[in-house]
Amino acid sequence: MNWVNAVIQGMLLGGQYALIACGLSLAFGVMRIVNLAHGDLAVCGAYLGLVLSSALGVPVWVTLPLLLPAAFAAGVALQLLLLGRALRHGVLAPVLVTFGLSVMIENLLQVAATSDPRGLNAGSLALASFHLGGGITVSWLFLTAFLTACAVLSGLQLALSRTSWGRKVRATADDLDTARLVGIRVRPVFATVAGTAVATAALAGVFIGTIGTFDPLAGTNTLIFAFEAVVIGGIGSLWGTLAGGMALGITQVVVGVVNQSYAVLAVHLLFLAVLTVRPGGLFTSHQAEIGEARGVGALG
Amino acid sequence: MSALLDIAGLEVFYGDFQALFGVSMSVPRSGATALVGANGAGKTTLLRAIAGAQPCASGTVSYDGANITAAPPHRRISRGIALVPEGRKLFPSLTVEENIQVGAAAAASDAWPLERIYGAFPLIAKRRRQRASTLSGGEQQAVAIARALAAAPTLLLLDEISLGLAPRVVEELYQTLSGLRSAGATLVIVEQDLRRAMDACDDLVCLLEGRVALAARVADVSRDEVVAAYFGEGRS
Repeated sequence: MNWVNAVIQGMLLGGQYALIACGLSLAFGVMRIVNLAHGDLAVCGAYLGLVLSSALGVPVWVTLPLLLPAAFAAGVALQLLLLGRALRHGVLAPVLVTFGLSVMIENLLQVAATSDPRGLNAGSLALASFHLGGGITVSWLFLTAFLTACAVLSGLQLALSRTSWGRKVRATADDLDTARLVGIRVRPVFATVAGTAVATAALAGVFIGTIGTFDPLAGTNTLIFAFEAVVIGGIGSLWGTLAGGMALGITQVVVGVVNQSYAVLAVHLLFLAVLTVRPGGLFTSHQAEIGEARGVGALG
Repeated sequence: MSALLDIAGLEVFYGDFQALFGVSMSVPRSGATALVGANGAGKTTLLRAIAGAQPCASGTVSYDGANITAAPPHRRISRGIALVPEGRKLFPSLTVEENIQVGAAAAASDAWPLERIYGAFPLIAKRRRQRASTLSGGEQQAVAIARALAAAPTLLLLDEISLGLAPRVVEELYQTLSGLRSAGATLVIVEQDLRRAMDACDDLVCLLEGRVALAARVADVSRDEVVAAYFGEGRS
């Protein structure tokens, strides 16, 4: 029963990793941007939640209708003012710019909020749990995080495959030059994708802050897990990202049952193993891998 | 009646390499103009410059009396200029229908709804739910033309649509094009096959090393004169 419990808890944890990672996957799939500040943007979301929920005296969930549009707007502004310009100067420029952004965010947060670890007010959800039987207890908070991740990923997938916005995003991911040529205005496409990526990062940050604690430097660690989920799942594939996140979560918790001190190491070893054996990702079809090899994004 | 498209003194560079040297030409309304020339003569560059995909160092592009030299591609499409790019350039992960729908992103009008496009290309109607990358070369070329038609163009630019296709398939595509002409569209066709280009078009422009070597009514020139311009013979 111990193992079943570990797998369930691992899946739930994996949902959180996938939620952080989906924005990273989207931004890379569409804009070919490796956003090294993604984890820090998630932490910014947690701090924004902290400010809003203490100012209004409400649990952080109540502030989401304010927080998510603000994060979306920040993502749009970031793309239009910074990343869009960086993209015009080759592949290395965006990497350097987002790295610089990451360092700046971490230091500004330290100045503004000190390095004390903080937590978010999750209201009555914080400690609530229910029994599945067989001694397995599931935290409502973990379950909410997992279901939110599934909902966000399904929503994104639907928007990409069914809407006119999604068609333009996929066409742009396939071939930027031709997308321009057939009349797609690429700037708004990129801006909305960046906005969505930052909004999902902020939402993930809120869950990080309610489930555990965060501090100004938490972004780097968050980024590493998000990256690993994206790579294990197959770059550019959202369902792959969910599966990749769950593979990480399950590995971490199951190995933790054996020996807690090897749990995180096991996650990184899994990542290395996948990168060595199937660099296209565990959950991509053969055809999608060919697409990747040709430099074609495989969103969806 | 004034020309639909007027190009004057167009110069285009790729970095330090100059691809077009003061190219001037005009395209009359409701006709077909063949753009011919050897590989590297600048045909594709010229079409891309007209479509707005290639910035011009100097010169002007006027369309329907308006100067569009600095307009981005989506503005030109809204005015009625659509390009079928060389090599088809379909979006491989999109279905046939999605490729066509994306072509309507900045459409000039709704004159070409999906039903009308499928009417003109019955073959691809059957494949509408398939990924574009799974189609044969001829079908892909038809989808590329359909994608440009979805923008309801007045001026349709076609870059080497017969490349790598069987003669029978090329014949069908050209029949569709003559149907488009009858419907009032103006065509600029880049074509390697000189005979076919001269059969399908009223006007002919021959580029040689980034310059216009010959511009004439097809009826007024012989094939030999065009071939001479093509290879730069008769110049010293």
